[in-house]
Order: sequence, then C-alpha cells, then structure tokens
Amino acid sequence: MSNAPELPLWEVFIRGQHGLSHRHVGSLHAADAEAALKNARDVYTRRNEGVSIWVVEAAQITASAPGDKGPLFEPANSKVYRHPTFFDIPDEIGSM
Amino acid sequence: MYAQMVKSTGHGVKPLDEMDPQERAFQERIDAGDKIEPKDWMPDGYRKNLIRQIGQHAHSEIVGQLPEGNWITRAPTLERKAILLAKVQDEAGHGLYLYCAAETLGVSRDELTRMLLDGKMKYSSIFNYPTLTWADMGAVGWLVDGAAIMNQVPLQRTSYGPYARAMVRICKEESFHQRQGFDIMMKMANGTDAQKKMAQDALNRFWFPSLMMFGPSDKDSVHSAQSMAWRIKMNTNDELRQKFVDQTVPQAEYLGLTVPDPDLRWNDETGQYDFSEPNWDEFFDVISGNGPCNTERLNTRKQAWDDGAWVRDGMLAHAAKRKSQGIAAQ
Repeated sequence: MSNAPELPLWEVFIRGQHGLSHRHVGSLHAADAEAALKNARDVYTRRNEGVSIWVVEAAQITASAPGDKGPLFEPANSKVYRHPTFFDIPDEIGSM
Repeated sequence: MYAQMVKSTGHGVKPLDEMDPQERAFQERIDAGDKIEPKDWMPDGYRKNLIRQIGQHAHSEIVGQLPEGNWITRAPTLERKAILLAKVQDEAGHGLYLYCAAETLGVSRDELTRMLLDGKMKYSSIFNYPTLTWADMGAVGWLVDGAAIMNQVPLQRTSYGPYARAMVRICKEESFHQRQGFDIMMKMANGTDAQKKMAQDALNRFWFPSLMMFGPSDKDSVHSAQSMAWRIKMNTNDELRQKFVDQTVPQAEYLGLTVPDPDLRWNDETGQYDFSEPNWDEFFDVISGNGPCNTERLNTRKQAWDDGAWVRDGMLAHAAKRKSQGIAAQ
C-alpha cells in the first residue's frame, strides 16, 4: 500500500435545531476545508442533527493541559458569592 | 463481540496498594466513575489495550459493510434498497467515529488501516460468513446488530471519554439497524412457504455465529479482569451471551421460527434459557483466517484502499495547489 501522507484531521462542530451554540461532535480526515465540510455533512448530520457546520483543522486548536486544571479552575471554587443562591432573599420579596 | 479476545498487557489486576502513586490515582479516578480524556496520564497497558479494542471495533464496522453491501443491488424493492443503503452508510460512519476515538490515543487512522490490511489486527468473526439470500439481511440486522447492541449499550459508560461518546452516537443509530432486520424477518416469516423457509435457513446459519460474537467464556481470564478493572469492558462474555439468548428466543417464537438448538429450554430455577455452546473450534478457525470469507473480505478492503489511492493523492495535490495560490475554501 502507498505511503502517501495522511489526509489532515479536522474537528467538527454542529449547531443543532434549537438555536444553541455550535457543539463539538467529533473529527474526520479531509484534504481541505471544503472537503471537510462535505464529509462532516455525511458523517455527522445523517439524521437532521444540525443546521450549521463549522470545521477547523485539529492542528490549529490550542488546548489547556490537564495539569493546569488546578491553577485554572480551582480559584472559582472559593468564590461561591458568584452564584445567586449565595444570597438569602426573604420569602415576602417573592421571586428575584 | 465486535472486539473479540482483546489481549491486555497485564498479568492480572494489580491491587491498589502495589501501584505507584500515579497509577493508583488513575485507578481511583476510574473507580470513582471519572472519564479519562486524551491528554490525561494513563498507563501504557490501558492505552495499548484500548487501541486494540477500539481499532478492532472500527475494523468490524468497516468490514461489516461487505456482507450487506452484497445485497444492495438486489434488494427486493426500492424502499428496501434505500433502507439497506442507509444502514450500510451508518456502518461506515460508525467505523469513522471509532477510528477518530482511537486516534486520540496516538495512533493514526492510516496506521490502523495498514494493520488491518496486513492481517495484524482483527475484526469480528461474524463478518467472515457469507450472506446467501435476502433473508440473511434480516438475520444480520436482527441477530448480528442485536448482539452488537448488547455489548455497545454498556460501553456508553466506559472509562475512556472519546470511546464512550462514540458509543452514544452509535447506539442511537444501531436500534434502526436491528428493527429494520426484524422487519425483514417478519415479512419473510409471514410470507410464502419458500420465503418462510429462507427465513428459517438464515436463522439456522446465523444463530451460532451470532453467539460466537461475544467470544469464548472469559470468567477466568486475566485479560478480561484487567479490562473490567479499567472499565473498558463492562460485562463478561457469558453474561452478555445469556442476555442475548434470553432476549432473542421469544422474538424467534413470535416469528414462528425455530432456534437451531435442540438443547434450548427455559430453566425455571435460574429464570433464564439453557442453551448449547457454539462450536469453539470453528470460532478459532474463523478468527485465525480460515472462515468461509476471510480472504475475500480482506482482498476487497485491500482493493478499495488501492483503488482509492489516486483520489486521496489527487485531493491532497488539489489542496496543496490552492494553498500555494492563496485560495481559501469557501
């Protein structure tokens, strides 16, 4: 079999029917963006899963490292006042 | 199953207190039901084992297109043809989802394909049996996809995130496959005498090979124990096989067909069916390359790969040319 270079990897994002954000659904291989869109349509929207597709070459994505989870996300744990449930509102005020 | 007899690298399951801190933290995450993601640290054995299992699963989806592809041009009606075409297209999609999941572990899709074509990786034994009549399309959907679902539903909870997510997609689509198969069986079983005979014949030929899909008993296997500790295998082969038999026998009765096992009977004490083991010599023979269609299946995949080379080369050349001309895709 030939040792031709592999078709690049693309990540696929789909916007569903109900006005939500594009969401990552998986990846695929394609020579260029145009082919990636066509493949994404065949591989990821055979059952009306979406109304819009984004594709981005996987190599273009910068991701946080698993080891950075602590420094990045733990500070939020101590800031409970950022959630509305931190504040007690008297019953007679009603919904707020 | 779609991944049969996947060998792990371990020699039994190591107790937590014998693990180094990193491995222990990893096992504790799995025990707590955490998902492992691609960039997380993982033991080499976990990675290797998963590549084998997901790769074999992906190859099974791809090779699994062939026995049914055999009947697309000869489907009895246009509607059946469209349905079968959609089903076979789904199988291609399932293969692609799974190759992508395997690729997150550091192996490329082309490498996996090369290992399949070189005979270094396997695919499920079931696809080495021929599909001789239209009723086989019914039996394959009903029994083969039915057996696959047994294994794939629990794998939605597997510890490796990308594998679990691929399984969620696959399971959503798999139910269509089994129902369309059962629909064909109902039509045939309620048809003319000749059609009913074809349906019975398909059941006769696919029953034991379907039971073999779960693999030989692994209740004493160290490989299985390790895979279960890692939550990349959720049930023993025997558990799933029993569940499949218990679910399928009443469906065969509904169709008015006879399961080709004289020793099959309901056991009031266990609340399950007793049934005969498949012929495991046949299974080992088929999985080692000597089944009725092994050579044909692999040659077909090789030819598809070779015949597609100019298309892949052409697409890459076209993309490189447009890039050099500074034309972005629309």
